[in-house]
Amino acid sequence: MSEITVQGGQEVLGVRRIEGPIIVVEGAANVSYDEVVEIQDPRGELRRGRVLEVGEGFAVVQVFSGSTGLSIDGTRVRFLGGTLHIPVAEEMLGRIFDGLGSPIDGGPEPLTDRYMDVNGLPINPTARIYPRDYIQTGISTIDGVNTLLRGQKLPLFSGAGMPHDQLAAQIVRQATLGKVAGAPQTEGEEFAIVFAAMGVKNDVADYFRRSFTESGALTRVAMFLNLADDPPVERIVTPRAALTLAEYLAYEREMHVLVVLTDMTNYGEALRQISNVRGEVPSRKGYPGYLYSDLASMYERTGRIRTSKGSITQIPILTMPNDDITHPMPDLTGYITEGQIVLGRELNFAGIYPPVAVLPSLSRLMKDGIGKNRTRDDHPRWGAQLYAAYAKTQDVRALASVIGEEELTEVDQKYLQFGRAFEREFVNQSFTENRTIERTLEIGWKLLSMLPKQELTRVTLDEIAQYYKGEDASS
Amino acid sequence: MSEQVGTITWISGPVVRARGSRNVGMLELVEVGADRLVGEVIGLEGDQITVQVYEETAGMQTGAPIYGTGLPLSVELGPGLIQSIYDGVQRPLPLIEEAMGSFIQRGARFDSISREKKWKFTPKVKTGDEVKGGVILGTVMETETFEHRIMLNPDDSGTITWIAPVGEYTVDEPIAKLRMGKEEKSVTMLQRWPVRRARPFVNRRGANTPLITGQRILDTFFPVAKGGAAGIPGPFGSGKTVTQHSIAKYADAEVIVYIGCGERGNEMTEVLQEFPHLVDPRTGRPLMERTVLIANTSNMPVAAREASIYTGITIAEYYRDMGYHVALMADSTSRWAEALREVSGRLEEMPAEEGYPAYLAGRLAEFYERAGYVNNLNGSQGSVSIVGAVSPPGGDFSEPVTQHTKRYIRCFWALDKSLASARHFPAINWLDSYSEYIEDVAAWWREKVGKDWLSMRNRAMELLSEESRLSQIVKLVGPDALPYTERMILETTRLIREGILQQNATEAVDAYSSIEKQIRLLELVLYFHERGMAIVKRGAPINLIHDLPVVDTIIRAKSTITNEEMHKFDDIQKQIDQQMGRLDAEYRS
Repeated sequence: MSEITVQGGQEVLGVRRIEGPIIVVEGAANVSYDEVVEIQDPRGELRRGRVLEVGEGFAVVQVFSGSTGLSIDGTRVRFLGGTLHIPVAEEMLGRIFDGLGSPIDGGPEPLTDRYMDVNGLPINPTARIYPRDYIQTGISTIDGVNTLLRGQKLPLFSGAGMPHDQLAAQIVRQATLGKVAGAPQTEGEEFAIVFAAMGVKNDVADYFRRSFTESGALTRVAMFLNLADDPPVERIVTPRAALTLAEYLAYEREMHVLVVLTDMTNYGEALRQISNVRGEVPSRKGYPGYLYSDLASMYERTGRIRTSKGSITQIPILTMPNDDITHPMPDLTGYITEGQIVLGRELNFAGIYPPVAVLPSLSRLMKDGIGKNRTRDDHPRWGAQLYAAYAKTQDVRALASVIGEEELTEVDQKYLQFGRAFEREFVNQSFTENRTIERTLEIGWKLLSMLPKQELTRVTLDEIAQYYKGEDASS
Repeated sequence: MSEQVGTITWISGPVVRARGSRNVGMLELVEVGADRLVGEVIGLEGDQITVQVYEETAGMQTGAPIYGTGLPLSVELGPGLIQSIYDGVQRPLPLIEEAMGSFIQRGARFDSISREKKWKFTPKVKTGDEVKGGVILGTVMETETFEHRIMLNPDDSGTITWIAPVGEYTVDEPIAKLRMGKEEKSVTMLQRWPVRRARPFVNRRGANTPLITGQRILDTFFPVAKGGAAGIPGPFGSGKTVTQHSIAKYADAEVIVYIGCGERGNEMTEVLQEFPHLVDPRTGRPLMERTVLIANTSNMPVAAREASIYTGITIAEYYRDMGYHVALMADSTSRWAEALREVSGRLEEMPAEEGYPAYLAGRLAEFYERAGYVNNLNGSQGSVSIVGAVSPPGGDFSEPVTQHTKRYIRCFWALDKSLASARHFPAINWLDSYSEYIEDVAAWWREKVGKDWLSMRNRAMELLSEESRLSQIVKLVGPDALPYTERMILETTRLIREGILQQNATEAVDAYSSIEKQIRLLELVLYFHERGMAIVKRGAPINLIHDLPVVDTIIRAKSTITNEEMHKFDDIQKQIDQQMGRLDAEYRS
């Protein structure tokens, strides 16, 4: 890289303190909050950073690639006079970038004069369109009971060693706009995938790249990679850079953009690291008090607006440390996102794929995208009935483990059978199986028919007459 | 009006410090930086001024000026509030969209209330009248059915020297002239009121009329009184927002103020797109025509989130002063508390529990104490009821915001994750919730419905708590070990849970239950219980009761019988009599 890549700005020589990824610079006047800086280390190499706090004659700067090798005397800091912007262009699809948005696939810088602030701006609630178009993913546990809509943010809560990557890849591969049954998402409408990796292993990034190649989508994918061995602080910018491109594609190029962010837990840890170094008052588990607002500033960059046909749908993936759903990362995420798909350890052990733990999973927007004229009239009540029955199964299982299966009442024994079949036939499906919504509904009714009719109080009597196939169907 | 009072010396997120004049007031509204962003003075020390800024501060520089306004942070009050949607500091979002497009940019300055729109004013006082603060000077029809009463500012009083005749006026045209001592003052329909100062009233009345919400678990089991305060705490996905929306739709208040405080953008959009199409059963007009929305979503600036609660409650008090019943929803007060914590952290204040500032409890108290059923200055009566959602981290109710909230509310609707997982909605746990208004509103029920609601309600609660005890035993030894009389209790409580407590907010018939329907359902279930118990005591096996067709009919009654078809409940009672009668006869011999 040449010595000076950006014009303008003021250069300052005077680092007062270096601690972790944070440096305190003295002698700068009129520094802006959140301004981008360029740091020249004693060997002449350039790094980037940004201003976290400004005071009289000093500025606190976060160095994205870390402070290794910086010295108090030999370090020059140049304040570039603006907030962090990245170039955005349609040509960025099919390309791979680092966590700050610079190409790392050997190709040239994107040719564009359009630069956008990575922080984005909040969408005015009056400008939004409420999501109503459902996306058929071909996965029963999603389409049937946790339906994903265009413009929704629906995270995958997982744990180490569980197949969240496969599930995300399957969703990306099979997603079609369900309203026109069977029509691929591409038909007549442009789609794009923006993939951001924060602190994941190279294998994971590779897995996604392969999976995009296999489904023929690679030319529609922009990847932003900050891998496990890349500087952690850079991770703060990675999802924002990815979402900035997504916003450009969705709201200016009118594309339907699916954003996959993995792994948000690593992002949270980077944020915590910065906060700790700065000596901020921590809230839970050492995370900063503003973690909620910070996460919201990314998750809320999802949705549809009235001035564009495009949309952004977000699937953040996060591994719950120790499978603990009350950990601040999944907890605060769940408060912001519109539901969550939770993967369950026990189902995974039982060899069920995808191991979606149905009971804690939820899609908040589901009610507005299903039912009459969208999927099928009985869908909402059918879903509630499956949930209620499966929840009852859990109670019965607990009871059976105490008093033994033989002691259960006849009805409870039927619940046990229902529960097993539900996991084997409804939840379980292969990585390549793409079920239509009709098929999913059919399987659900088949399972419900294992229970006596009077147990089914969530569905209407008409629906029972039409779809129930159980033993006492005629009575 | 605004002169430079200082120069910025330090910036960290929404908090800015400046050095300058010692005449700036605490909580004064200031304009910060070259873009003149709105801020509020939250600390003064010598010549150092600490400001919280209600807009994004990225790009702001040290050395930039701040300007004083001499006024505290205030809201504009007058006709035109209803049907509006504002951000946390009362800027109208539709105008921001018109001017700036789909994204909210910085430095937006708009009048909160339109200065162009003309309102038909009808005077209610005459020249020469001695008037005091709060008196109604005249009226304006704010919507086709809603009468907006133009009041004199509570701080003013004097003699009317001129009152405008019936006619069309804008909010800043004079509609009256008032002599106060030697001065003469012109009065307009527009008032400004500092958000952090509660609007005055004469005194509080007892809160003994329930706020009817049409939600069975609330009205029948855990009622909140008009002028009361209720909290809904719950982990994510347990249905706080759905419950808040249901109350906003169906509560029998004349005005609804809905504050989306640090929550999802799509949820506010849902309200905005849905409410104009929903009909208010009392007036037959769209629900939006009684609603004021404050939307400060989670990605909007955090300091404005702190202000949004005050903006909302001040608007609510204004309508209360006219003599209306106002219900205010705040979703979620935890996000507001977090905004306090964030600003406090940037100020490096000594934290109390979990990083929250020590004044958290005081601020919560100030907010909830602004609820009340009061005698207004003008002799009318009005109320502000507050329903605050709480989002405890990890669903743990022992955290500071939930705990402090519990001290200032008298009605607690505890949401339960396991109920939500089983899709039992509203997922309000009947054993953890409470209402301290039960005795207070019992007289109202007796008078209004003519039935002994209190003893029926208590009987049902008794059965539910008995169920909880019995289910502990069932978990250990299975249901077969229980005597039939106890299994009869389990049969009845299933009817209570599935037939009464569960309510589907998305289904037309079930979404709103009139109080007549609520009490009738409860009566039927208890009747079923008494009859069943009598039979079981004579030795009839429990499965005969369980298999009665009327059980299914009762469970489905909530969604098959509309509020207008009350006679159909008599049919169900007949069915109980017939089916139970047969069993009764069989086992009598």
